[in-house]
Amino acid sequence: MSANPQLNAKGALTHLLTLEGLPREIITHILDTATSFVGVTEREVKKVPLLRGISVFNLFFENSTRTRTTFEIAAKRLSADVINLNISTSSASKGESLLDTVDNLSAMHADMFVVRHAQSGAAHLIARHAGPYQHVINAGDGRHAHPTQGLLDAYTIRHYKKEFSGLAVAIVGDILHSRVARSLIHALNILGTPDVRVIGPQTLLPTGVESLGVRVFHDMRKGLAGADVIVMLRLQNERMRGPLLPSAQEFNKSYGLTPDKLALANPDAIVMHPGPMNRGVEIDSSVADGVQSVILPQVTFGIAVRMAVMSILGGS
Amino acid sequence: MQLPDAELLCADLVRQLRPHVTPETGMVGIHTGGAWLAERLHQELGFVVPLGMLDISFYRDDYRKSGLHKSVRASKIPFDVNGRHLLLVDDVLYTGRTVRAAMNELFDYGRPETIRLAALVDRGERQLPICAQYVGTSLTVPKGSMLRLDRDASGRLTLRIDA
Repeated sequence: MSANPQLNAKGALTHLLTLEGLPREIITHILDTATSFVGVTEREVKKVPLLRGISVFNLFFENSTRTRTTFEIAAKRLSADVINLNISTSSASKGESLLDTVDNLSAMHADMFVVRHAQSGAAHLIARHAGPYQHVINAGDGRHAHPTQGLLDAYTIRHYKKEFSGLAVAIVGDILHSRVARSLIHALNILGTPDVRVIGPQTLLPTGVESLGVRVFHDMRKGLAGADVIVMLRLQNERMRGPLLPSAQEFNKSYGLTPDKLALANPDAIVMHPGPMNRGVEIDSSVADGVQSVILPQVTFGIAVRMAVMSILGGS
Repeated sequence: MQLPDAELLCADLVRQLRPHVTPETGMVGIHTGGAWLAERLHQELGFVVPLGMLDISFYRDDYRKSGLHKSVRASKIPFDVNGRHLLLVDDVLYTGRTVRAAMNELFDYGRPETIRLAALVDRGERQLPICAQYVGTSLTVPKGSMLRLDRDASGRLTLRIDA
């Protein structure tokens, strides 16, 4: 087994677990391939036959609508058979272990697993356990990684800004709990983005975040100055009552993206959000629906990026 | 081995095709060599309908064996294929598998009235029941060698063999 558990003996991508440590060529190959898939979804027949006969199992141990749906659409547009497992009503709730679940699905000839789990490392565990012709895609594990979201964010940035060299990207909000932020920071670093900033209150930034190669700002107005890309993160309502934050209104005042704060960034800056949004908390409606917002194109690109990942893994 | 002049073959294809082109005919080139050839034919024959391009990577029959190609380009058909007479263009016709893939992809854009095939070189050795209606020349190339089209900075087309 090679040092990176995502790569096979030939150095080709066989699982997608994290963007950390991936060669730049692999990320670029995924983004380039996704460009070709964008055109497929605009045709009369929005399908290609690549994954015909392949069974993709969506294993979502944690709730998700957007990510699960876009993975399902991506797999179907590649002509795969998609099986969605509703874990809350499945054997897991009867006490079956994760690996027993995987073994049973393997006995049903699963070729690809798309896994979301509240625990960091769950997708890695399944990948280590999987057979040689099975592929695992991490669709979000705990606070660790959400690589396809990082890729679709990178795709969106490249779509609007063309090059990463010379870009200033600001990621704002709850970095501490965000696997989206972590994956995006890795992608931006690998693709050679010179200026990556994280903006948030001390309580929502992981300790030692600077070691990821980012600049830290607690004052959003300073952090947004000259930014080309602003990525707003979801503030989870369930954390609002905790000791980390005084209130949603307070957070909006300091770290919500309002038109006056947006005006501090470059005039052609784009605004991104992985969704679901809390309007009036981390982002104002006028910004979310404004001309600089690319939040809905992110969703569309997400399908093409997931098609690219699945087709590259399925052929390795 | 002495290879024919691609420019002369191209000029000959133009002569063969001219009587069969109408203002409604659509042309589609297959990446990469076929696309270069199609650009030339499209211009010299004065096509009215914009040129379409196909990258057949998503339709290849060796995906399970060889995986996805390293450089996939976007296919782009900027016209409605439904009911249209199409001219499919490739540089080298060999096993016929590329043309099979291209036809499958075209049908995902709609239902053309006809598809005719033009190739600069037919090197025989077909593995599928496919033939070209317009051919620059036929050529026997040693098995295992790759016959390919090159385009230099000035746009000049040449044939080359990779052993």
